[in-house]
Amino acid sequence: MLQGNHLTVRYGSHQVIDDLSFHLEEGQWLMLAGPNGAGKTTLIETIAQGVPYTGSILWNDQDIRSLKPSQLARRIGVLSQRNHVSYAYSVEEVIGLGRYAHRSGLFSMKGDDGKEQIEKALEMTGLTELRHASMLTLSGGETQRVFLAQVFAQDPQVLILDEPANHLDLKYQQHIFSLIRQWLREPGRAVLSVVHDLSLARMFGTHAILMHHGKSVAQGAIGEVMLPDSLQQVYGIDVYQWMREMLSQWQG
Amino acid sequence: MMQDSRCLKRERFSPLTYCLLAAALLLTMILCVCVGSVSIPFSDTITAVWNAVWGLPIPERIAGNIILNVRLPRVLCVTLAGAALSICGAAMQGLLRNPLADGSTMGVSSGAALGAVIAMATGFTLPGFSYGGIMVTAMAFAFGSLVLILSLAYALDRSLSTSSIILIGVIFTMFISSIISLIVTFASDHTRSLNFWTLGSFSGVSYDQVRLLGLALLICGGILYRFHPELNAFAIGEDNARHIGVHVKRVKLIILITVSVLIGVCVSISGTVSFVGLVMPHIARMLVGPNHRRLLPASLFSGAIFLLLADLTARTILSPIELSIGVVTSLVGAVAFVMIFYKTRKAG
Repeated sequence: MLQGNHLTVRYGSHQVIDDLSFHLEEGQWLMLAGPNGAGKTTLIETIAQGVPYTGSILWNDQDIRSLKPSQLARRIGVLSQRNHVSYAYSVEEVIGLGRYAHRSGLFSMKGDDGKEQIEKALEMTGLTELRHASMLTLSGGETQRVFLAQVFAQDPQVLILDEPANHLDLKYQQHIFSLIRQWLREPGRAVLSVVHDLSLARMFGTHAILMHHGKSVAQGAIGEVMLPDSLQQVYGIDVYQWMREMLSQWQG
Repeated sequence: MMQDSRCLKRERFSPLTYCLLAAALLLTMILCVCVGSVSIPFSDTITAVWNAVWGLPIPERIAGNIILNVRLPRVLCVTLAGAALSICGAAMQGLLRNPLADGSTMGVSSGAALGAVIAMATGFTLPGFSYGGIMVTAMAFAFGSLVLILSLAYALDRSLSTSSIILIGVIFTMFISSIISLIVTFASDHTRSLNFWTLGSFSGVSYDQVRLLGLALLICGGILYRFHPELNAFAIGEDNARHIGVHVKRVKLIILITVSVLIGVCVSISGTVSFVGLVMPHIARMLVGPNHRRLLPASLFSGAIFLLLADLTARTILSPIELSIGVVTSLVGAVAFVMIFYKTRKAG
């Protein structure tokens, strides 16, 4: 449903994304993996139309550059890594903004208030009790959950998530990943996410792209991408050995 | 777990709050008509305005001329200008996500003043509308300064939410002020005094200016209010605004043009009155919260009240000498600026 062809992004003379192509099909959870500076966040910003790029991104064979921002937002929901609110909006107000694309139009602001989706999003992320709290009083993890709830309220067909469990303690990390997996079960949906933790990526991803210096080193089904040799090439360490060593701490 | 202390009070802004604000504004306006070098009884003001509205004759014992032709146009003008400058400040603070943004801190007002001075000195007018040339040039210069400052600040820091943008705005204002004083010095016969341009004044305004300001406020205020959901999205973050489907470039351009037009009109009528748009949206935000659906109307009312009181102070405190209104607003505004600056710095 979403396809990127020969994407290239330059910051000055530096190529952050270098001729990268990908495709995302219904029901897939595509994990972007790779070391810091590989261009994962930039790729997400590219799909969100936040940086200039060459190449094309197609939504069911239609170039997304021809979509209006509100049309795009009804198809693709983006959660970025860093969100910081500097005014005392309430949790509910921020989540409610997720409904923006469904009610834009010159004077149709009252058409669809999306109460139901907002309630559902509050409930899914465990924020119902904090709905009237000021954003300025929230912890980093709570703020992250608010923006996740916003993107759920946006009700897109594809979720694009940059480190969705950033700032979250283990309980919410598990909770959020299960939630996203559950969300994905409905037909016509797909997820693309950056996940630093390779164990999490393996556990929840169906497919993966391994990135290094803006290029795709390997992509395909998760088991075929996360191979010892490719990981070694990208991360410069024996990842399998390291993971086993870490796991062994928990045995006995 | 319910954490009461973190909860915002709900329903803080009911129709009752609107009514209270409107009543406070009306009272302030009447007060400003009554007080001055000639004191006018409260009842006389009401009678004069009431009779004038319905076309009835005004009783001889009432100083009808002072009320209707001197005080009232001035009070109306101050009300409208205060409201306009205040919603411009609120809109810019939301759009740029910067609580220190305002026409005066960002150099927009002084840019507009430069435009007006140039138009006056060169005698540029629009056919059929003598005042139009000054106003249009002021608007164009306001927009030009805004674009210039934003692009300079953008090159420094993409988020625009830091104080670097204010620093550039202040430097720009100083630079423009010196150019204005140069032009005023050489073309003093054709333009108003330097004091007027840098500190502002409402003395001698007429109903023509009231009509112009009223029209500008109605149109531009309506546009800004129409964009309150987008302003909320920008206030939360520009990237987030794009992600939820806001047409970022288009909306930004519309809001910047609207703000420039409104500030241009204000400056061409009353000179640069600083800090109204900085201070009053903050007070309004304390009253009704940051949501622009409530913040814009609240800023409108509180800005009008603030500027009326400032004008009253300027007229009366050293009577018979009249202070420039900018002296009063800047005294209050500079203190408020420092307080807001420290508060945002602490919040980090």
